[in-house]
Amino acid sequence: MPKLTMVQAINLALHQEMEKDESVLVMGQDIGKNGGVFRLTDGLQDKFGEDRAIDTPLAESAIIGSAIGMAINGLKPVAEIQFSGFSYLTLGQLEGNAARFRNRTLGKFTVPLVLRMPFGGGVRALEHHSESKETYYAHTAGVKTIIPSTPQTAYRLLLGAIRDPDPVVFMEPKHSYRAFKEEFEADGEAMELGKARIVQEGTDITVISWGAMLHRTEKVIEDVVDKHGVSVELIDLQSIAPMDAQTIADSVKKTGRAVIVQEAQKTLGPASEIISLINDNALMYLEAPVKRVTGYDIVMPYFARENNQIPSIERITDAIEETLAF
Amino acid sequence: MPSKVIARFDVSYLQILDENGKVDKGLEPKLPREKLLEMYRVMMRARRLDERLLKMQRQGRVGTLPVSVGQEASSGAAAMAMAEEDWFVGSYREVAGRIAMGEEMHKPMLIYGGFEEGNYNEDIPRLLPLAVILGSQIPHAVGIAYASKLRGEKSAVLAFNGDGAASEGDWHEALNFASVWKSPSVFVVQNNHWAISTPLSKQMNSETIAQRGIAYGMPCLQVDGNDALAVYKATKEALDRARKGEGPTLIEALTYRMLMHTTADDPKKYRSDEEAEEWKKRDPITRFKIYLQGKKLWNDKKEAELEEEIKQEIDAAVKYYENFKEFKLDQPFDHQFGTEVASLVEQRAEYNKYAR
Ligand SMILES: Cc1ncc(C[n+]2csc(CCOP(=O)(O)OP(=O)(O)O)c2C)c(N)n1
Ligand SMILES: [Mg+2]
Repeated sequence: MPKLTMVQAINLALHQEMEKDESVLVMGQDIGKNGGVFRLTDGLQDKFGEDRAIDTPLAESAIIGSAIGMAINGLKPVAEIQFSGFSYLTLGQLEGNAARFRNRTLGKFTVPLVLRMPFGGGVRALEHHSESKETYYAHTAGVKTIIPSTPQTAYRLLLGAIRDPDPVVFMEPKHSYRAFKEEFEADGEAMELGKARIVQEGTDITVISWGAMLHRTEKVIEDVVDKHGVSVELIDLQSIAPMDAQTIADSVKKTGRAVIVQEAQKTLGPASEIISLINDNALMYLEAPVKRVTGYDIVMPYFARENNQIPSIERITDAIEETLAF
Repeated sequence: MPSKVIARFDVSYLQILDENGKVDKGLEPKLPREKLLEMYRVMMRARRLDERLLKMQRQGRVGTLPVSVGQEASSGAAAMAMAEEDWFVGSYREVAGRIAMGEEMHKPMLIYGGFEEGNYNEDIPRLLPLAVILGSQIPHAVGIAYASKLRGEKSAVLAFNGDGAASEGDWHEALNFASVWKSPSVFVVQNNHWAISTPLSKQMNSETIAQRGIAYGMPCLQVDGNDALAVYKATKEALDRARKGEGPTLIEALTYRMLMHTTADDPKKYRSDEEAEEWKKRDPITRFKIYLQGKKLWNDKKEAELEEEIKQEIDAAVKYYENFKEFKLDQPFDHQFGTEVASLVEQRAEYNKYAR
């Protein structure tokens, strides 16, 4: 298998799953002929036709609303929202209906849909094209929120999301779309949703991140390991909701120290929940206060200043070193 | 119980200056020569500014941006129909309209260079910033108009959006509000036939966008959006009606997006070059120039002078942008709230420790 980017990996997962399962379809703005503004859906319309790769009119609420109807009636829609900054127009339907149909009807009607959207900063884009608002979705009971970080995990998690019987918000870190390629297995194996992934095992400190921040954090860890000769355990959270309390607790019990790196703004971000879980499950094992490196509680600045909002190498390094030295 | 027709509607189309620059004398608005010359100037300044912005983008001096090439009449001439006290509520493809409002050319450079500082003009209080969330600005236009009306002001709101945005719920909801409230607002839809890669045929199954005005109970018409005179006349009449308390109007301006959606887009992927070539013949600026020449208001010498003047104006804007001095790193913390918030004071300190 050749090396693939995340864009290619997601595209491949969609091709394979649409081939395998006739009830799967993709829909969204410019996803057909244009293959999506980031080309994630390239070739799907050619292969599966306009009825299964639908260029929709421009209305996010109707995209998710009609996807909910399709899902109720036996299809598995994978709907793309062009940028997460426009996904707030889906929140009414997501919270009010997608999240509730199963519970409302005691399992009689279910909504197996996937809402894909690129998110995150660092691509010198216009307003609304750079934020990280996973908390909105994670805070919606009845919806799963997934963030992949690599081509291989994006492929497996997307397959997992499509096969999941419930609504899944699948947030793709656009900064990682083409940032690197990796050796890849396209074996059609899905990854179970709700699990964090241990990227590298270690014993001195646990570092938890997700999405594009995971890669910046990995770089920092390489340097910290070189400089201090420590052993770092790196966890890719992957599943924002539900959150994998077990993996986090097991790791922190082993290392006694933890740092969380989150691109989203600080207050009530996933890091807040991770710290609560550590508090619930591993507090007595801690040898240092848990630190979080996050965005500030400000509106995402336009790109001239956005680098100061996204956790920098320097901030992440300081947090890890301070936690190690505590 | 008989089955009978209970309502019938017409949608009219207005063109005054055809694509060859030939004017319909019966419909021609009687505008003073200064106004006509200013109209040409606005469209030319917008065209040249767009061309320069494109160049700057390719050189990496600004980020991704949309240009409005080909749509100079549909926003520019509309804005020129406004009265001093009217509001302008746009989206992002109204370069000419904003120039007509008096926006300085370094403002879009700042925005597309990543600076919020490009979003307002001290001296143009009734010009709202770009609205990137499609259709989201249209309800604002209705609310602004309502507030003016409540205060008994004689002002109207001119709002813009594209053919794609006219599919958004916000847009439809706003038109209904406007009509129910008889709000003094005028909605110009720049129908440029494309929403990124989505053609009209996939965007809607209605013959016109204009006819949606009928559904909401407001006057509506379609105009040749590349005909500055038609756009001007339709907008002027609608704004006058709005200010007189006669409620909103929907104007569909038929035009064409001559270039890419934004610099991140490649139209070759979804549309033919021939289509754009066809529309080139209907260029709003070319036909207006022929019209001015026919009236003996324009000649090559004046054209050369105007080009030189515009070049200098753009050069000065680029210079301003390149030397942008008010680049304050922690500006984001200055304007989160109108009152002090303790957590942000703390966070600003951390931000400043690392900012660069
Ligand atoms: C709510 C929302 N959804 C999606 C987008 C992404 N987007 C930006 S422009 C555009 C197409 C808009 O087409 P149209 O309204 O016809 O305006 P035009 O660009 O042609 O001027 C899309 C889909 C957005 N900005 N806002
Ligand atoms: Mg359009």
